[in-house]
Amino acid sequence: MTATTQTPPAAKASALAMYRTLVGVGLVCGLLIVVVFQGTAPIIRQNRIEARSRAVLQVLPGAVVSRAFAWTGSGFEPAAADAAGVELVFAGFDAAGSLVGVALEAQGMGYQDVVKVLYGYDPRSQTVVGLAVLDSRETPGLGDRAETDPAYVANFKALDVSLNDARDALAHEIEVVKPGTKTAAWQIDTISGATITSSAIANMIAAGAAEDVVRVAAHLDAFTAPPAPEGSSR
Amino acid sequence: MTSATIDQGPNPTDEFVKGLWKQNPVFVQVLGMCPVLAVTNTGLNALAMGLATLFVLLMSSTVVSLIRNLVPKQVRIVTYILVIATFVTVVDYLIQAISVDLHKALGAFISLIVVNCLILGRAEAFASKNTPALAALDALGMGLGFTLGLLCLGSVREVVGMGSLFGVSLFGAHYQQWVVMILPPGGFFTLAAWLLIFNHRKQKQAAAAVAAEEAA
Repeated sequence: MTATTQTPPAAKASALAMYRTLVGVGLVCGLLIVVVFQGTAPIIRQNRIEARSRAVLQVLPGAVVSRAFAWTGSGFEPAAADAAGVELVFAGFDAAGSLVGVALEAQGMGYQDVVKVLYGYDPRSQTVVGLAVLDSRETPGLGDRAETDPAYVANFKALDVSLNDARDALAHEIEVVKPGTKTAAWQIDTISGATITSSAIANMIAAGAAEDVVRVAAHLDAFTAPPAPEGSSR
Repeated sequence: MTSATIDQGPNPTDEFVKGLWKQNPVFVQVLGMCPVLAVTNTGLNALAMGLATLFVLLMSSTVVSLIRNLVPKQVRIVTYILVIATFVTVVDYLIQAISVDLHKALGAFISLIVVNCLILGRAEAFASKNTPALAALDALGMGLGFTLGLLCLGSVREVVGMGSLFGVSLFGAHYQQWVVMILPPGGFFTLAAWLLIFNHRKQKQAAAAVAAEEAA
């Protein structure tokens, strides 16, 4: 082996060639992503809306039909379930058409990314009766235990969110406490080993409930059952 | 001897089959262990992850092979990663379009396909030195081998850990589930058991080959 065969001149690429390659490949890759994003965006949106509709019935035990309402600034008005750009809440009704509860969205920063949840508010018992995670990228096996851990999920089966006498705030603010130290119905136990995600969800519900539950409770009359589908008897 | 092998060129069938068995990415090369251990708690998760990886591997290997003569040596790795990351993003959107629940189950691991060393490994070791057709065959074989490996783990863990396979209950309600098998330690146990079987077979085959040689 001689030195000349070991270092072929072609091994030294010019800066221009490297620049050309990287910019070219980057451009093509970027274009491809944009095309796929544009193509799949409507389908993904539809899927998310369907998943949310299923979650509404899941967080409101006993509800068989749901209807979306938009916050107008002074009250709630019926809206399409896929309406964009407005704050939506979802009222759930039982087979007889009476209001079971209202599902509210909340979101906040988890460990990896934004976590979106939906929780059910039952105005008769003035409690949160269910929780579903809509969107989460938390660590599988650790952070996602906030969706599966039975003890944690039980926090949201009868969480006290009753209003104060003036009906302008919660009687007790929701408190986030360390695992196993829950003593009152308005406290949420976190999970050790998934502290960040479980506290994040608890905090976003505490913050969301302080505003949204009060607002919903003040406008309960607005949540009317959807008109019965044609052909069915009233 | 060397000239003969060069003249012959690589055999397309061999390039395809080697990934399934002889050089199986999971059981022989032991590559990409992060998804192997993490998302194989059910058969369906394993299958979906395997197919997602197969798609990314196939597309990126083909593209890397197509542009192999245009990419200067100094920037090849960054170019490969760019190509791989693009297809991972594409897969991410496609899975969201297919099923939100599936996307939730696979979660962070979709994005982590980018750093699956199997894909970069095939791009660098094979696709960048061979024609697109061969690279695609190699990727297809490796991807199917990877899927097979994930399924081997996923089905065992789901059957033992949950008493079901692809969500279908096998043993009825009285089955006492081995919960540990669907938790992270179960991944290590199952992988160890499979590696034991594979290596035992390999040793037996090697011993038989030696014996046959001595007899001849």
